[in-house]
Amino acid sequence: MSERRSLAKIITVILFVVLLAGSALVSRQKLFSLEGGNLQSKEEALDKYGFYLEPYNKEANINFRHQSPQLDPKLKHIEPQIASMGASVSIVDFDNDGWNDIYFTNSRTGSQNALYRNMHNGKFENVAAQMGVADVNKKGTGVSMGAVWGDYDNDGFEDLFLYKWGRPQLFHNEGGKKLVDVTEGSGLPKWVNANSAIWLDFDNDGLLDLFLGGYFDEKYDLSNLNTTKIMPESFRYANNGGRKYLFKNMGNGKFKDVTNEYGLNSTKWALAAGAADLNGDGYPDLLISNDYNVDELYINEKGKKFVERGRQSGIGDIPKSGMSVAFGDIDNSGILGIYTTNITEKGILIQGNNYWKPTGPPTHEPKFANLAQLAGIENAGWSYGEQFGDLNNDGYMDLYVANGFISAKKGTSYWYDYSKVTGGNSAIIGDAANWPDMKGKSQSGYQQDKIWLNNSNALFEDVSGKVCPYADYDGRAVAMADLWNRGVLDVIVANQNDIPLVYKNISRNNNHWIDFDLHGTVSNASAVGATVEVQWSGKKQVQIITGGIGFSSQNQHRLHFGLGSDNKVDKVLIHWPSGQTDEVVNPEIDKLHNIKEKKAKA
Amino acid sequence: MQAIETETPVNTNFWSFWKKNYFTYVPPAFITLILLIGQVFFGILDNYLNVVVAICTSVVSEAILARYVLGVRKNLASAYITGISVGILIRSNMIWPYVVTALISILSKYVLRYKGRHLWNPSNFGVSWMLFMATAYVAGLSIQWGSYILPMSVIWLLGLGIVYRAKKLHITLTYVISFTALAFVRSLITGDAFLAELAPLTGPMYQLFIFFMVTDPGTTVSTKRGQILVVFLVALVEFFLRLDGFIYAPFYALFLVGPAARFIDLKKNAPKGEVKQVA
Repeated sequence: MSERRSLAKIITVILFVVLLAGSALVSRQKLFSLEGGNLQSKEEALDKYGFYLEPYNKEANINFRHQSPQLDPKLKHIEPQIASMGASVSIVDFDNDGWNDIYFTNSRTGSQNALYRNMHNGKFENVAAQMGVADVNKKGTGVSMGAVWGDYDNDGFEDLFLYKWGRPQLFHNEGGKKLVDVTEGSGLPKWVNANSAIWLDFDNDGLLDLFLGGYFDEKYDLSNLNTTKIMPESFRYANNGGRKYLFKNMGNGKFKDVTNEYGLNSTKWALAAGAADLNGDGYPDLLISNDYNVDELYINEKGKKFVERGRQSGIGDIPKSGMSVAFGDIDNSGILGIYTTNITEKGILIQGNNYWKPTGPPTHEPKFANLAQLAGIENAGWSYGEQFGDLNNDGYMDLYVANGFISAKKGTSYWYDYSKVTGGNSAIIGDAANWPDMKGKSQSGYQQDKIWLNNSNALFEDVSGKVCPYADYDGRAVAMADLWNRGVLDVIVANQNDIPLVYKNISRNNNHWIDFDLHGTVSNASAVGATVEVQWSGKKQVQIITGGIGFSSQNQHRLHFGLGSDNKVDKVLIHWPSGQTDEVVNPEIDKLHNIKEKKAKA
Repeated sequence: MQAIETETPVNTNFWSFWKKNYFTYVPPAFITLILLIGQVFFGILDNYLNVVVAICTSVVSEAILARYVLGVRKNLASAYITGISVGILIRSNMIWPYVVTALISILSKYVLRYKGRHLWNPSNFGVSWMLFMATAYVAGLSIQWGSYILPMSVIWLLGLGIVYRAKKLHITLTYVISFTALAFVRSLITGDAFLAELAPLTGPMYQLFIFFMVTDPGTTVSTKRGQILVVFLVALVEFFLRLDGFIYAPFYALFLVGPAARFIDLKKNAPKGEVKQVA
């Protein structure tokens, strides 16, 4: 053997050993940490990060507990798998007293939803029963999955749309005194197995319309089935989910189903939706996050119809397990990006979450690139809800992601059983009877929620567990709101089959802030779809008012901007859905500004 | 996975092509077809770049290693199959695992040898290693391609035709029969539906496994009876791994059984002295 070949052999062996060792060791590093950071004390967190999220349920008098749905006995063997949603949270100031209130949904037949009125003294009081929105999970009408608030009749009070695995319900807000069920005759369908709904004004006519996304096919009542063939036909390509609904607000308390007319004929398994003008034409486009298939991007053709352009835009290329949608300008570019959550389980399913950033200025056909990996916000766990918000008022949007699927017996995993059927043909995966008995096993359970701190220009640091006590509930919906009017964002997390977490944001920094609460006059009164761009110290950040965002959640109506140490805002641009732009120069900082849309001059 | 080797081509008649001349190129063409069908009908690839990177890494490293370690120029069909298999079988959000898996796969052929022959099926080695050791960055293709029966049938028919032509049909059939029988036994033990235990066989991971990995001539034993026994043992080890909840049980089973059987076979049957195996 020549010397050269001997040398080549030695090099080959060395390279082989190095690759084997390196590939094994790299997975044992904390580069890809699903476990979160090391716990730090409150004082350490306050010193280092300038804020701390303190669980505040007891002090706030919030004793709600979510209960999962009960299903038909034929699904008993996989009940935790299916009955894994329904914990939702939406923030509303239903009585217009200037303080945020909280609405939680419950999901067991006979259980009560809770509407916590803010008592202005740090405490909340559950007024759901006297307001008429507690006892809504009755036999035969289905159970709650989520709620969104919007002023559909422009009377100045936010009304309630409750979506269910059952009959959706609309409640009219009678001046903050009572919520009256006006479902009958409103044009809403009799039964939808929905896990997503948002208010939006898709034709900019000044009236809030409604999108409702079915998950399971609407022909099934999951508590009373005559078949077990209800499951997705594929883990990645399922089209046998619930239909979608687009309701046009006719202005007389009635909603017209214009779904087919507007081209929303998808039957994918929708779990979340978000609406924002992504192509700059002034009309809200619609992004639907789908489980078991690709996400969909519906471009709004000037309020006349929607055209699905997911694949063309880059968003709909890779099928994942879409759970949630949120909009955030993470690099202060004045452009909204889209964050969608998926599943990451080490060694089994590494989908990663997405942060879709437009690749250029808004055009009719927007294109997006996934920057989640670069930003460090890709791998969270089995993620559900998420929200962007500046938690330390440093001028950059941070990110909270709720994690955890089923926390049952510790040390067990249903993943292997799950992988058997999800790898099988549609005839197998589609029939719940073929799914192995869960036997009390966990699946991606006991996961900590992710908190990512945006250190500047979209470079995120994982501070999970460092800025709050350890918690591993099965997180679902997340909302951010200033619950005590202190100029900071508090965090509320609805957990499946458990208590919610109401985090009070304890702040120790000298950062400034500014808030805006918008009220449409020409546009819809809730100003859903309006964007606010704040410009200061050479930075600009844009935020949008949504009629529901995340997974089964809704943030506070007002928009909150952190300003860092800067004590002056140069200019604020408010883009209303009506097409009008209002400008505010040098607004006072550390203050909430209530802004009414200027009526256009005749 | 490796190309199935046959004689040197001598004529260009179509049936001759099928029967012997260019049969070396049929398996690579078949796996490319699987990839194309999977991508066109189901979009199985998260992006093309991963597969391209895996193929390029595999082919280039094979060419270099064959030239400098063995001192020969080598037909690169088997390296192509290794690359394409790696590109399909592992899933990662990053590019480097595709490079590393392809490299480890090819390198294993040149490092882990006995009597001049490699012991492990290259992609089985690379994929198994990464799935077991690099869990933070790598997962496997354990999901179904879709619900279309026609393309699935085409893959099965073509696959069976090719392994028949390569005289490896007994291996594939033994595995399928063993898996099915043991799936039934598992269903009795676990109480799960027989269809749930059988389900993996209907997915793409198994199609690649039974048409390419277990039939790899470079790593199977020399006698037909031995091949049947070995593939049954693979199914049996997989059976126990499955009972213990290993999602990637078939890869690990082949990883464990294949080289052991190959080693014993070489010890018993190989001619004395080092045999130069180019593949």
